[in-house]
Amino acid sequence: MQAFVDSLIQQGYFTGMPTQVVYAIAMIAAAFAVLSFFVAPLAGVTSWLERRVWARMQSRVGPNRVGPQGILQWLADGIKNLLKEDLIPAAADQLLFPLAPYIVFIGFLCTFVVIPFGSNLIVADLDIGILYLLAVTSIVVVGILMAGWSSNNKWSLLGGMRSAAQIVSYEIPAGLAVLSIIFLAGTMSTQGIIKNQGWAPWDWYLFNNPFTFIAFFLYFTAALAEGNRTPFDIPEAESELVAGYVTEYSGMRFLFFFFAEWGNLYVIGAVATILFLGGWQVPAVGDGLIEGVLQFVVFFLKAYLWVFVAMWVRATLPRVRVDQLMALCWKYMVPLSFLCVIGTAAWMVVFPHGNRWASVGMFVLGVVILLLFFGRVRYQIRHSKPELYLRPYI
Amino acid sequence: MNGFGGYIKNIVETVSTIFEGLAITLSHLVRRPMTIQYPDRIPKPVQETLPLRYRGILEVDLDICTGCLACERVCPISCITIGIDMNKETKQRTFGHFDIDICKCMYCGLCAEACPTGSIRHSQEFEGASYSPAGLVRHFVTRPVALYKPKKGGETDPTMVEKVKIGQEYLDEFATPEGGAGAGEG
Repeated sequence: MQAFVDSLIQQGYFTGMPTQVVYAIAMIAAAFAVLSFFVAPLAGVTSWLERRVWARMQSRVGPNRVGPQGILQWLADGIKNLLKEDLIPAAADQLLFPLAPYIVFIGFLCTFVVIPFGSNLIVADLDIGILYLLAVTSIVVVGILMAGWSSNNKWSLLGGMRSAAQIVSYEIPAGLAVLSIIFLAGTMSTQGIIKNQGWAPWDWYLFNNPFTFIAFFLYFTAALAEGNRTPFDIPEAESELVAGYVTEYSGMRFLFFFFAEWGNLYVIGAVATILFLGGWQVPAVGDGLIEGVLQFVVFFLKAYLWVFVAMWVRATLPRVRVDQLMALCWKYMVPLSFLCVIGTAAWMVVFPHGNRWASVGMFVLGVVILLLFFGRVRYQIRHSKPELYLRPYI
Repeated sequence: MNGFGGYIKNIVETVSTIFEGLAITLSHLVRRPMTIQYPDRIPKPVQETLPLRYRGILEVDLDICTGCLACERVCPISCITIGIDMNKETKQRTFGHFDIDICKCMYCGLCAEACPTGSIRHSQEFEGASYSPAGLVRHFVTRPVALYKPKKGGETDPTMVEKVKIGQEYLDEFATPEGGAGAGEG
């Protein structure tokens, strides 16, 4: 991004303007482009797709009335929320209450600075990319806690406190899982981590050694918990807390929280793709443009696969209790992630240049697990003799 | 659960049950949804797809109603009102009115169970929309109808045989169904 702006300046497009002003304009333009052409439609379509996928997994149909197969449902919901009255309760904190959704939203949107779309398509390739990402996602806690406190409502406060406890706890396994990848890559830059991997699955860090394989699932679980997703959505557990920290919100402010939640799903998938799944790496084909498009598509599909998995997990698992949530984090995930970090470090000492056979072996193991899984799916389909309906539309 | 063995067992159980659970939900993704998208046109009318014992809006076949008032008495919210007129000269009794207020009816089915001939019964009809509460009161008497008297040794009038049979079938199916109060005694 900076290189692109620099080249434009050198070609004389912005003569007479101070360089800093050009950079500022470029930053705003980039933020606008990412927000309106990628994040907003993505979060919207994800909300629609989640409802469809979820419905089909529960033998329902889901929204299919607005537009072809209901794909414009998110626009209808957005317009409805825009037209709703923006209520601020009289007893709420008049400054913090309106501010909280924006803090949450900023915390989520800032992650897109370091999430690449392709080898040359990134807002800023920071040297501390992953550290920055972990840091800005923590801003979300501040926003949620603000929302919970300023609502002046016991459900909101409980939801906010639970969310803060949960996010802070799950930062540790997530951070440690990321750390084992930083060991392997030797860099924290997102582009650098991707460049250290290859397009082939056995070149991915996921299959590098058994410890990174475990670290991937630890990271994904911890990321779900940080994103307040089911089965870890106790901050907004309907059965206990009405809607948790969003209880008092209405209209567009309410929407901002859910915008961040659905957009955050893509961030989870994208970070998992960067760290473990080889990012935008594609086999060398064609010239710059074709390769660029292919990189974008590959990265997007890999990231979106994990968005789908998050929906799928949401349709499968019940919500955990607060003490179970904390026990899972502190008694199981933290020790396991330490094991992964130490194991990865030891692996690097034993095999300084990596072990090709171990990678291929892990890849084969992954394929075997996947085959076993589809065997179980086939068994479930055969066992209950359901009426199959393979078309995605209805 | 104790010691290191229990710890490992917990992890293994968590992973294997999530594995199995994900397989079950994924298998549901390729199944046909149960939902009938109601206002849409489907090959058969929705009413015909409903099961026989579906408790729709009540209907009355006055031709086989004996006027015993069992349904009126058993109704817990008195939504059934029956008026019977007697002709002084001929001693002929006819229905003055037989109204069911669908607005009040809670579809408990007690009336259908109490009816000796199966003349009052749940239909498959469920579309009860109306512009006023008064429109929800169903009047079944449009012309004076004589009370039905069951004959000893079975019905002989060919026009009535079919109606009596339908009522009896409904009673067998609905009022004393398999697993119901009267089941297992015979």
